[in-house]
Amino acid sequence: MTMAEYVLETRHLGIRFGGLKAVDDVNIQIKKNQIYGLIGPNGAGKTTVFNLVTGVYAPTEGEIYLDGQWIGGLSQEKINHMGIARTFQNIRLFNNMSVIQNVMVGLHHDPDFNSGFLSTIFRLPKHFQVEKGMRARALKLLELFDLQGEQNEKAFNLPYGKQRKLEIARALATDPKLLLLDEPAAGMNPQETDELMETIRRVRDEFDMTILLIEHDMSLVSGTCDEVTVLNFGTTLAQGTVSEALSDPEVIRAYLGDDN
Amino acid sequence: MDFITTFINGLSLGGIYAMIALGYTMVYGIAKMLNFAHGDIIMVGGYTILVVLNLCGNPILATIAAIVLCVVLGVVVEKLAYKPLRGASNLAVLITAIGVSYLLQSLAQIIFGSASKMVNIANLGVLQVGSIKIQGYTLFTLICTIVVMIALTLFIRYTKLGKAMLAVSEDRGAAQLMGINANRIITITFIIGSALAAVAGLCTLMKAPSINSTFGAMPGIKAFTAAVIGGIGSIPGAMLGGILLGVVESISNKITVIAPYTDAIEFGILIVILLIRPTGILGKKRREKV
Amino acid sequence: MTKTTDKNVQNTSPIKQKGQWKSFLNYIVIGGILIFFLIFSMVGGMKSSTQYLLEKIAIAMILAVSLSMVVGFLGELSLGHAGFMCVGAYLGGKTAVLLVPALGNGLPTLLISLVVGGLSAAICGIIVGLPALRLRGDYLAIVTLAFGEIVKSIFMNSSSDSFGGALGLKTPRYDRNSLFIFSFVLVLLTLAVVQNVIRSRHGRAVTAIRDSEIAARATGISVTRYKLIVFAMSAFFAGIAGVLYSFSNQTVQSVKFGFNYSIEILVMVVLGGMGSINGSLIASALITFLNVRLATVLTGNLAVLQNLIYALVLIFIVIYKNAPSLSGLREKMRFQNLLHKNKKPKGSE
Repeated sequence: MTMAEYVLETRHLGIRFGGLKAVDDVNIQIKKNQIYGLIGPNGAGKTTVFNLVTGVYAPTEGEIYLDGQWIGGLSQEKINHMGIARTFQNIRLFNNMSVIQNVMVGLHHDPDFNSGFLSTIFRLPKHFQVEKGMRARALKLLELFDLQGEQNEKAFNLPYGKQRKLEIARALATDPKLLLLDEPAAGMNPQETDELMETIRRVRDEFDMTILLIEHDMSLVSGTCDEVTVLNFGTTLAQGTVSEALSDPEVIRAYLGDDN
Repeated sequence: MDFITTFINGLSLGGIYAMIALGYTMVYGIAKMLNFAHGDIIMVGGYTILVVLNLCGNPILATIAAIVLCVVLGVVVEKLAYKPLRGASNLAVLITAIGVSYLLQSLAQIIFGSASKMVNIANLGVLQVGSIKIQGYTLFTLICTIVVMIALTLFIRYTKLGKAMLAVSEDRGAAQLMGINANRIITITFIIGSALAAVAGLCTLMKAPSINSTFGAMPGIKAFTAAVIGGIGSIPGAMLGGILLGVVESISNKITVIAPYTDAIEFGILIVILLIRPTGILGKKRREKV
Repeated sequence: MTKTTDKNVQNTSPIKQKGQWKSFLNYIVIGGILIFFLIFSMVGGMKSSTQYLLEKIAIAMILAVSLSMVVGFLGELSLGHAGFMCVGAYLGGKTAVLLVPALGNGLPTLLISLVVGGLSAAICGIIVGLPALRLRGDYLAIVTLAFGEIVKSIFMNSSSDSFGGALGLKTPRYDRNSLFIFSFVLVLLTLAVVQNVIRSRHGRAVTAIRDSEIAARATGISVTRYKLIVFAMSAFFAGIAGVLYSFSNQTVQSVKFGFNYSIEILVMVVLGGMGSINGSLIASALITFLNVRLATVLTGNLAVLQNLIYALVLIFIVIYKNAPSLSGLREKMRFQNLLHKNKKPKGSE
């Protein structure tokens, strides 16, 4: 298998809802091990790009490639199996399940833990083997995020910051090539944000991960991102390093309004 | 000419379904819940007509009493059973509504017994045009339906309250931010729906003057089907779905071979339409925010 | 790091053991009841009405446990469970009618009928589920309701030599002394299959879908596939219950399988506490016992009073368990929570 140049590449990506072009001609290229930021004012179409890349919506224009493979318009499940995992702007955990079970759901499609219906119905040795293996692997992931103490708590009982971490742990359990984080620092205080930056960098290093994130907190963006794309009204305003993008006059105008 | 009579009867039956379906669809559109007990409001209306007729013999008074009682009941049920569950899962609300439906049916059985009772409201005679015979109650139902539909459409389009209802059904949160009291709008929706159910009960009784505790169950389920066929949440959809189902039922009942399967055909239409258009004929596709 | 891991091992193991002990409790209880009645009947002290009641309870248990998969664990509402039971009762019953001349009225006939009835119901489950499960929850409820009514109507209008039409299908009598035992064995089997599936990675996927369909998809769970599997499994067991019904009743009449029956099964699941298999078992046994026993005692208005009480209990339980405004009260009333709080070693870090 030859390595593609980019882990994620979108070409002229766009989607139309009725007459409205929510995203238009977005071209993003993310190299392996990059932390890439997607920024822009509210309603710029950032989450829509996430939804296109993860298969929630099928693009009406353009192409999406993961590691050189075409993924535009595939189902969410399929795209996850191919290697994209995500978190949500408004946290979506499996609230009534325990913390460790949340992560175990993420391990569902891991080839190491493939016990069929028959082995679970008849409680064949395979079933117990798989359950044990899944639990151990899930615990390891929880330990990375210092959540092992709460493994048997229900997910919705966790404090906010830990819920965000659990969502990342669950996403990582699906063994992705690319991790999408939708406003991971939302609702966090500066100290928590610092901790989160640390976590994001650690995830990249320890999991050899490529990360695409949406964020409004510029300290987090400039502290972690290698490159950014700035969106406004669904189109690309600027691309490049954080300082390049933020000094772009178009970007300044979009953020501060036209009078400046 | 037989066909024309059948068709007109179908329109009239469809009118009844449409009036009930409007209650389902408006509540769904605004409170985002399936009010399963809506059919039983019709039954309550029917029994009210029976009681008041026995007391004073005046059908107009009986109808007014039925409308008032249905409205009060609709509002009370909403406040006691559904309002506490606002924000809870759809499943919980739906099961509660089913519980309310059971409650009303068993209450009616306790009060009025399980045997059917006859209700003779008024004899409206028969209208004969050439070889086409139309029963007076059929015409009455048609007129009621048309008046209700026009009035409701005007109300929604041109009154402040109607526009507020539309706003709440589009986006409750945003409507509340604009100063609309969503709770009040939901109450008004239940008032309109229950009043229409009472009128539907009147029309049903004129057509088939016998009532028992499950009087509203089948019309309720059929109207619910009609609302879903038309696109639940859509007012024109409920009207269209109701009329469509009424005409189909009327025609199917006239064809001997398929007459016994009429119910199956109607529910079959529902499944086929949902297959082709998952949100019904006029239903809007709702995109869940991710 | 290693220290915390150790603490964890200590933390999990007692919980795990407790869970395992608990998970066998319902088998033991039902098995115990079965053995008790078995001895009871062998001594010869059992009236046929008691046997009939036990069959009814077993059927209700299978129905409630199977519906609980859909409502409690998948979080979808099915209003047509009696319809699937109806398919099983008619097709299983008809199979028995056809097989009795060749195989006699013994275990082979019963087993083949059960397989036919269960599988045909499961196929119906897939046919109904395939379009409906792509729709949102409320639509599934109405489509299953419609399915139940269609099935009822089709069997009602069948010719008298196929499925007996309005008079119903006469099904062969099965030895009353062993049918109730066999029914309880089937309850145990149903329980084993349902519980084992739910307590596995597949069950986790299903509850994940219930908690958040969007997150489940993003986590790679094949939502439609799992919904369909659960739906088909649930229909299969409803079909099995239908076949048992046909052997127990000796007549299958489609009017019995209407919307009201589906609701009755739903009431059992809800009263048992959605998502609790043991609760469903207890509620189904209790309600069936009351229904059968009170039917002979209560007449007229008193019998209706029973329905009224069901309805009120249903409404109160659902509101109490789900109303957002009552969450504080619920927390206070949770005895387990109080115990748990004292034990939690959270502050020890």
